[in-house]
Amino acid sequence: MMGFLQRLGATTLGITERIGRGHLFLLYVLGGFPSLLPRFGLVIKQIYASGVLSLLIIAVSGLFVGMVLALQGYNTLVDFGATESLGVVVALSLVRELGPVMGALLFAGRAGSALTAEIGLMKATEQLSAMEMMAVNPLHRVVAPRLLGGIIAMPLLAAIFSAVGIIGGYLVAVGLLGVDEGAFWSQMQAKVDLFDDVASGVIKSVVFGFVVTWIALFEGYDAVPTSEGVSRATTRTVVHASLAVLGLNFILTALMFGDD
Amino acid sequence: MMQSRSVQIWVGLFVIAGMAALLMLSIKVSNIRAFSNEQGYELNANFENIGGLKVRSPVTMAGVVVGRVSKIGFDSEIYEAVVTLNIDPRYDNLPEDTSASIFTSGLLGEQYIGLEAGGAENYLHDGDRIQLTQSAIVLEKLIGQFLVSQADK
Repeated sequence: MMGFLQRLGATTLGITERIGRGHLFLLYVLGGFPSLLPRFGLVIKQIYASGVLSLLIIAVSGLFVGMVLALQGYNTLVDFGATESLGVVVALSLVRELGPVMGALLFAGRAGSALTAEIGLMKATEQLSAMEMMAVNPLHRVVAPRLLGGIIAMPLLAAIFSAVGIIGGYLVAVGLLGVDEGAFWSQMQAKVDLFDDVASGVIKSVVFGFVVTWIALFEGYDAVPTSEGVSRATTRTVVHASLAVLGLNFILTALMFGDD
Repeated sequence: MMQSRSVQIWVGLFVIAGMAALLMLSIKVSNIRAFSNEQGYELNANFENIGGLKVRSPVTMAGVVVGRVSKIGFDSEIYEAVVTLNIDPRYDNLPEDTSASIFTSGLLGEQYIGLEAGGAENYLHDGDRIQLTQSAIVLEKLIGQFLVSQADK
C-alpha cells in the first residue's frame, strides 16, 4: 500500500518537475530572441531545415486530402442535390481544421523529430557543454533560432496545405465529378470569411508551430544523453506534440467557432 | 558562402509560396467583407416571427445583396423581434415605404431579408424603422393550417 502511494507520488512529482523544467527552458529560450535580430541568418537556416524541407510532404498530403474530401463530400451532397456546396465543404474544412491540424501533425513527424534528434545528439556528444565552456549560451545560440524558425515556418506550411488541398478538391470536383466550376468558387467565396475562417486558421497554425517546436526542442534538450535516450526522446516528441496539437485544436476551435 | 546563399534563396521561395497560398486563401477562397463592414447605415424592422434568421444573414433587394443583418433583439413590450439591418451606404435612396420580408433561399436554404422599394418620395435614414414587414414562413405552421383546412371540408 505504502509502496503504491510512494510510486504515485513519485510519478506526479516527476511529471510536475518536467512541466516546470519545460517552462523554465521556454523562458530562457525566449530571452534569447532579442539577440537573434542582428543574426537573422541563423533563423533563416532553421526555416530552411524545418520549413523548406517539409514542403514536399505537406504539399502532397494537402493535395490528396483535398481530393478525398471532394470525393467523399460529393457522395453525401449528391443525395440532397447540393453538389454546388462542395466548394464550401472542402474550403471550410481545410482552412479551419485540416490545414492547421494535419499540417502540424506532419510538421511534428517531419521537422519535430529531426529537431529532437539533433539537439539530443548535440547533448550526447557534449557539443552543448563545449559551447558553454566557450561562454556561448547554447539556449540562445542553438535553441532560440530553431524555435523562431518553427514559429515562422508552420503558418506558411499550413497555408500551403490548405491552398493545395483546395486546388486538389477543385480538380476532383470540377474535372472528375462534373460540378459546375462557377458555383464551386462562388459558393466558396460566399461562405468562407477572411477573418472568421482564414485568419483563425492562421492563428491556429502559429500556436501549433510554437507548441510543436517547443516540445521537440525541450525533449531533445532534456533527453538522457545516450543513443537510447535520444531515440526515446524522439518518439516522445512525436507522440506528445501530436496529442498537444489535437487537444489544443479542440480548445481553440471551441474559443473561435463555439459562439456562432 | 555558396551553401548559405542557396539556403537563403530556398527560404525566400518558401516564404513567397506561403504568402501566395495565404493570398489565394484570402482573395480567391474568402470574401473580403472587412473593408465594407460597419460603414453603412442602420435600419430597424419588427417581425412577428423571424424563423431561422441569423446575424450576418444577407439583406437583398431585387436579389442583390445590399446589406447584412447586424443585430437581432426581442421587444418584450409588443412581443416582436427587432432586427437591425446594416445597409451599404451606396444604397441611401430607399423610399420610406420600403417593405421587408423574410424569405428562404431554396427549400432548405438559409433565410434572408428581401427588401422591396415602395413609391414614397422621402428616403429612409439611419435609425429609421421599416413599417411594412412580413414574417418568415414557418413550415410547421403552414402544414398545420393545411391540415386544419382539410379537416373542415
